[in-house]
Amino acid sequence: MVLVYIDLVEGKLKKSAFEVASYAAETAKLLGTNAYAIVLGNSTDDLTSLGKYGITKVHTVAAATAFDAQVFTKVIADAATQLNATVVIFSNNLNGKAIAPRLSVRLKAGFVSGAVALPDVSNGFVVKKNVFSGKAFANVAIRTGVKIISLNPNSFNIVVVDGSAEVIAFATPVDVSKIEITATNKVTGEVLLTEAEIVVSGGRGLKGPENWGLVTDLAKLLGAATACSRPVADIHWRPHHEHVGQTGIAIAPNLYIAIGISGAIQHLAGVNRSKTIVVINKDPEAPFFKAADYGIVGDAFEVMPKIIDAVRKLKGA
Amino acid sequence: MKILVCISKTPDTTAKIAFADNNTKFASDGVQWIINPYDEWYALVRAIELKEVDATTSISLVTVGGAEADPIIRKALALGGDDAIRINADSHDSYYIASQIAAVAKEGGYDLIFTGKETIDYNGSSIGGMVAELLDLPYISLATKFDIAGTTATVVREIEAGKETNQANLPLVVSCQKGMAEQRIPNMKGIMGARTKPLKVVEPITIDALTTLASFDLPLAKAGVKLVSADTPEELVRLLHEEAKVF
Ligand SMILES: Cc1cc2nc3c(=O)[nH]c(=O)nc-3n(C[C@H](O)[C@H](O)[C@H](O)COP(=O)(O)OP(=O)(O)OC[C@H]3O[C@@H](n4cnc5c(N)ncnc54)[C@H](O)[C@@H]3O)c2cc1C
Repeated sequence: MVLVYIDLVEGKLKKSAFEVASYAAETAKLLGTNAYAIVLGNSTDDLTSLGKYGITKVHTVAAATAFDAQVFTKVIADAATQLNATVVIFSNNLNGKAIAPRLSVRLKAGFVSGAVALPDVSNGFVVKKNVFSGKAFANVAIRTGVKIISLNPNSFNIVVVDGSAEVIAFATPVDVSKIEITATNKVTGEVLLTEAEIVVSGGRGLKGPENWGLVTDLAKLLGAATACSRPVADIHWRPHHEHVGQTGIAIAPNLYIAIGISGAIQHLAGVNRSKTIVVINKDPEAPFFKAADYGIVGDAFEVMPKIIDAVRKLKGA
Repeated sequence: MKILVCISKTPDTTAKIAFADNNTKFASDGVQWIINPYDEWYALVRAIELKEVDATTSISLVTVGGAEADPIIRKALALGGDDAIRINADSHDSYYIASQIAAVAKEGGYDLIFTGKETIDYNGSSIGGMVAELLDLPYISLATKFDIAGTTATVVREIEAGKETNQANLPLVVSCQKGMAEQRIPNMKGIMGARTKPLKVVEPITIDALTTLASFDLPLAKAGVKLVSADTPEELVRLLHEEAKVF
C-alpha cells in the first residue's frame, strides 16, 4: 500500500494535497496496489473528495491538531507500520520538509526529497529529484523495503478520476508536544507562492517599492502570486517570503513574468523550472533573455501599463 | 549554552553544473567551494550573535567530509566558531551524514543544534529533521527568527500561510533560513585567529546509507526567446493567451 500524508492548511486541502494524492495513486498503480491517505487534525473540507484523486481510504487522527514534527512523525510511523505501507509520500512543502526526514529515520526507510516525477520501478526503485537548485536532476535509488518520497510542489499534474474515498478514524496515541505555538501570523488572501500557477516578479529595475503597482496590479488581474529578486527583499522593498532563487524559494509555476530582473545565475536557479518564462528588461544583454520563452526589450515603466491594460481588456475586467 | 552548527561545503553559486564518469559524478574540476549559504549566513551568524549577547555560549562546528573541507571549516571558524569537528568521511546520503552528526552531537551534549534550511547542491532539507529524530529531540524547521531566554527558545518558523511562533525548551534542533541573521564578512583578526582554533578530525561510525545516487541529468535547453517589440506590448499578451495558453 502507498500511504500519502495530506497536509491541511488552516483545516483546508490545498493544491499540493491534490498533487501528492494523485502522485500516490499513480505510484500505487505502478506497484499494483492501493493508495491510502493520512490526515492529522480537523479538516473543514470533505475528505471523501480525495477519492477524486485516486485515494481509496483516508485515515484521520483528529487529536493531532497542533503541528509538531516529532509528534506527527510518530503518528504517521504508527499508521505506516500498522497499515503495511511500502511507500510513504509527502509534499516537499514546509511541513513535509519537517516530517519526512524524521520519518525516514524512524522507519529506517530511504528518503528522496524534492521528487519531480513518478518513481521508475522497472529496475529497482529510482526517483528523479531536483538538485543544484533546479539546474540539474539526480536519479536516486532507494534500497530499503519501505520508501519515502517528498514531491516538489507544481511538479506533477493532478489526475482526476471517478471515486469517493472512505474516511476512517485511525486510533493511535498522540504524544504531548514539547513545542508550544504561541502566535500565528497569517498572510491572508494571497496566493501561495509555491503553489501559484502564475507568478509576477519584480527586480531592482523597478527602482523602488512605490512602483510595485506594476507587479501587483498585473498579479491581481491574473490571480497570480508575487515574487521578487534577492536584493529587493534585502533592501526591504518587499517582504523576505517573496524572495525567489537559489537562496530563496524555488518555484515552478506555469508562467513566470520577470520585470526588471537581470537573471543572475542565482536567481535563475530558483525559477528555471517554470514552464513559460517572460522577461521584461530594458537591457537586451540581460542574461535572463537566454532563459526566457517570451520577452520585451524595453522600459518597464512604459511597457507594463500597456500590458496591464491589454490583460484587463482580455479579462473583461 | 553549547551550540553545534552543521556546516556543509557546496559549489559556488556561479559554478558550472556539469557531470563526469557517465553522469554519475559532479564535475568538480576548477570549481570554487563555499560554505553552504544557509549554514553560513543564517545558522552560523545567528549562533555568533547569540554568543555576542551571552559570552558563556560556545559554538562548535561540525562537517562531514575529507581534508578538502578544511578550508571551508577554517573560514567558518574565522567568522566566529570556537572549535570544529570534521568527520572524516565522504558523503553517501542524508541518512549517513545525519547519523554521523548525531553521533558527534550525542557525545558533545549540545543544547542547541543549528543547520541551514538545505544545501544548495543536493537540496535535501533533511539533515536537521534526521538528526532530531536520531537524538529524539524536538525540531523546528525553516526558522526565520530565534531568541533564547534562560533555557526557553522562541522561534518563528515559516508556515504555508504565513509565520508561526513556537516556544520550546532546550535541547532543540533548528533549521535556519532568511530572516535569522545577515551575512557577515570575516575580518583579519578572525582569519588569523581561525588558524589556531582546534579542528578535531574524527573517524566516522559504521552505518549503511539508505539510498544511492545512480546518475544525474541536465534539463533540456530552451528553444530560444521570442521577442516582442516594446511598441506593441499587447502583442505579448495575445501570444501568451493564444499561443502559450498560460492565461
Ligand atoms: C551566494 C549568492 C546567492 C544568491 N541568491 C540569490 C537568490 O536566491 N535570488 C536572487 O534573485 N538573487 C540571488 N543572488 C543575487 C544575484 O547574484 C543578483 O545580484 C540578483 O538576482 C540581482 O537582482 P536584480 O536582477 O533585481 O537586480 P540587478 O542585477 O540590479 O538588475 C536589475 C535589472 O533591471 C533592469 N532594469 C533597470 N531599469 C529598468 C527599467 N526601467 N525597465 C526594465 N528593466 C530595467 C536592468 O537592465 C537589470 O537587468 C545571490 C547572490 C549570491 C552571491
